[in-house]
Amino acid sequence: MAAETKIDPMHQFAIQPLVPLHIGKYDVSFTTSSAWMVAALALIFGFMALGMKRELVPGRWQMAVEGLTGFIDDMVKVNIGPKGKRFVPYIFSLFSFILVCNLLGLLPLAIVGVHPFTVTSQFSITGVLAVVSFSIVLIVGFWKHGLKFFSLFVPHGTPVVMIPLIAAIEFISFMVRPFSLGLRLFVAMIAGHILMEVFGSFIVSGLNGGAIGGGVSLLSFLFIVGVAALELLVCAIQAYVFALLTTLYLNDAINLH
Amino acid sequence: MDFASAQVIGAGLAAIGVGAAAIGVGNVFGSFLESALRNPAAADSQQGRLFIGFAAAELLGLIAFAVAMIILYAR
Repeated sequence: MAAETKIDPMHQFAIQPLVPLHIGKYDVSFTTSSAWMVAALALIFGFMALGMKRELVPGRWQMAVEGLTGFIDDMVKVNIGPKGKRFVPYIFSLFSFILVCNLLGLLPLAIVGVHPFTVTSQFSITGVLAVVSFSIVLIVGFWKHGLKFFSLFVPHGTPVVMIPLIAAIEFISFMVRPFSLGLRLFVAMIAGHILMEVFGSFIVSGLNGGAIGGGVSLLSFLFIVGVAALELLVCAIQAYVFALLTTLYLNDAINLH
Repeated sequence: MDFASAQVIGAGLAAIGVGAAAIGVGNVFGSFLESALRNPAAADSQQGRLFIGFAAAELLGLIAFAVAMIILYAR
């Protein structure tokens, strides 16, 4: 029997401090997570800056930027209506940040010695994004409708006897939103990366196991190619779903129902 | 049965929920494709709803995965 190799799929999510920094008793070090967030910001900024020349005949790059902004603009227009125009910048920042962070974490940079870190695989990050979205929904709702905002919990045409029950259920489903929003993104990212890590280590340890091990190695390799393609799709879908659900919740707050 | 083996068995049982969510997600996209082929003109306007259904079905599978991980790494 070959030497026992311990697979540790959770190690990749550990945050290492790059520049240790302590203020009082708080640890505010510049970590790998912050470094990849800065990288994501730089990428988005570069991508947008190169395409915002406002040429009359748009080049390829400007078409790409216009496609991205137009996509978010359409989504907000369809789901909220003309009143949603002012929320386009927020939804756009949310979508592009999540998308770029997801994709950055998937880059095979380990070949050149840089270990990519998926910013969105930490619940503290996705949770904060979800709480920000939820707070905007609450603020907009109470700002626009005052206490009438609570009519959100009673759908039209509810029989009077059913109102306490329906209101309780609607209230729970409303309060669960920030958790489900943050949890979905974080777990989807973490699950994909664990899967890739486990099968990646199958390839390596299979090579030490003779003919059968080689077969396992080959199968794992073919499998991981498919999984990598699927993960690219999941990255895009999760970013889209986060932005879409935020617009839907905003729609509830703006138009009630 | 000692704690470690019970933990692994429990995590495996919790992971069944992920398979159930796979059925749900397949159902969402399968039904969408089926009806989109019957009426392709209406398909584009329903894409938002498609992803809402997908998100709801997927969330439950992801929660099952999170529970499996909590059981597996509990001390």
